[in-house]
Amino acid sequence: MAMFIRVDVDNSIVEKTPGLAGKLVEVCPVKIFKLASKANAVEVVENNVDECTLCDLCTQASPQGVQVIKLYE
Amino acid sequence: MRFYEFEAKQLLKKHRIPLVQSELAQTADEAQKLAADIGGPVILKPQAIAPGVAAASMREASDPAGAKAAAAELLGLDDGGRKPNGILVEARPTGEAVYSLSFTYDGTSKRPVVAAADMAGKIDDLGDTHPERIVRRHFSSLYPFSDYIAKELAKSLALEGNDLKRMTRIVSGLARLFLDYDLADLDVTSLVKLGDGNFVVLDVEADLEIEARHRQRPMLDELGFAKEDLRQVREPTEFELEGARIDEEDPRGIISPIAEFDGNIGLVIGAGGGSLTLTDAVRKHGGRPANYAAIGGNPSVDKARRLTKLVLTKPGVDKIAVMSNVVSNTRADLVARGVIKGITELGFEPADKILIFRVPGAWEADAAKILKKYGVEYCDRTVSISEAARRAVEKVG
Repeated sequence: MAMFIRVDVDNSIVEKTPGLAGKLVEVCPVKIFKLASKANAVEVVENNVDECTLCDLCTQASPQGVQVIKLYE
Repeated sequence: MRFYEFEAKQLLKKHRIPLVQSELAQTADEAQKLAADIGGPVILKPQAIAPGVAAASMREASDPAGAKAAAAELLGLDDGGRKPNGILVEARPTGEAVYSLSFTYDGTSKRPVVAAADMAGKIDDLGDTHPERIVRRHFSSLYPFSDYIAKELAKSLALEGNDLKRMTRIVSGLARLFLDYDLADLDVTSLVKLGDGNFVVLDVEADLEIEARHRQRPMLDELGFAKEDLRQVREPTEFELEGARIDEEDPRGIISPIAEFDGNIGLVIGAGGGSLTLTDAVRKHGGRPANYAAIGGNPSVDKARRLTKLVLTKPGVDKIAVMSNVVSNTRADLVARGVIKGITELGFEPADKILIFRVPGAWEADAAKILKKYGVEYCDRTVSISEAARRAVEKVG
């Protein structure tokens, strides 16, 4: 379980944009997302969440679909 | 990475630097035969890496039987957990004059420098005892070495005529070898002028810049240097091997080199040369480091976590000091996450285990928040490296 960062994904929003799931997987430098078995959706790789560099690439790709929360604030 | 002397001499031979007659023996019987071939008194040098072992263990033998007996003794020496890699059996000519040469990098002027003296010895040592006998010339690492620099140096040693020409050729050859092979140090501690006027190198030490080992692979292959051979002054401990494994398994950033000491203060340290300074600072304030490490290049949280666990589980270590120079690309918050995670995974409270956390620089505001949540004080750059080390030593008691 991640101690410092939480990443929330709303797949109901991600699904609406074709290719967005793949883009989230692609842009994350520390592999926090992986494609879900369900089409056009992602899963969060819990083991990698604490590696989050807070680069915001995922939230820029989907401002409504992804939220990154610092658990230490 | 230190070369054995016989390897350094192979390089010199390839560059046509005149050498004293010398051969490598792997057994006492071979040493006896080589001594007989050379004829006359010989010097036997154990091929060792650990500091001082080779120099302190040289033996003279007046005949082949003496050479055999001396070699048998030298082959049993302890070279930091290894046995010597053979015995160099050398003729020992008497000469009219002896010189020394040293090639290295001048950290102040940031250029290579060659120093020479009209006496034998290590230039570093001669600088303390006979500074007036040393002459120096800087040269470029970007442009080809020019003979005139060598000639100027030789002239400064008051050499004239053929002596000047011969010394110039040797200095130029060594300078080119130094640059071509990315050496960090090249010390000819004894260069003898023989009765016939020729010069020969008797004793030489050479170190390769460790970061150049990949680029210099062809030369190292030629010398029979194994890829995993880093020429440590002693065999690596299990702690050091595990540190190297952690470093290798994750390409993000570095945490090595890691060295094990017998102290009680675990060190998670690094950044821009900070490791050496911090280790020295801990010692200066009376502390005993349990290890050396060198965090840099923005290691992952996982790498910092694993390093923390490695250091904190080392026998005799109860607390760690997390300190660095001012970081730029390494992120203070990611190091903080890794350290906290490592400590909590071991079942400890971070506040009980961290003597000090002084990692100023990139993302330090987030690092401070993380530490605050776990009850650990964050020290920024207003706490000097020396002061950070002092506080760590004071807390460990």
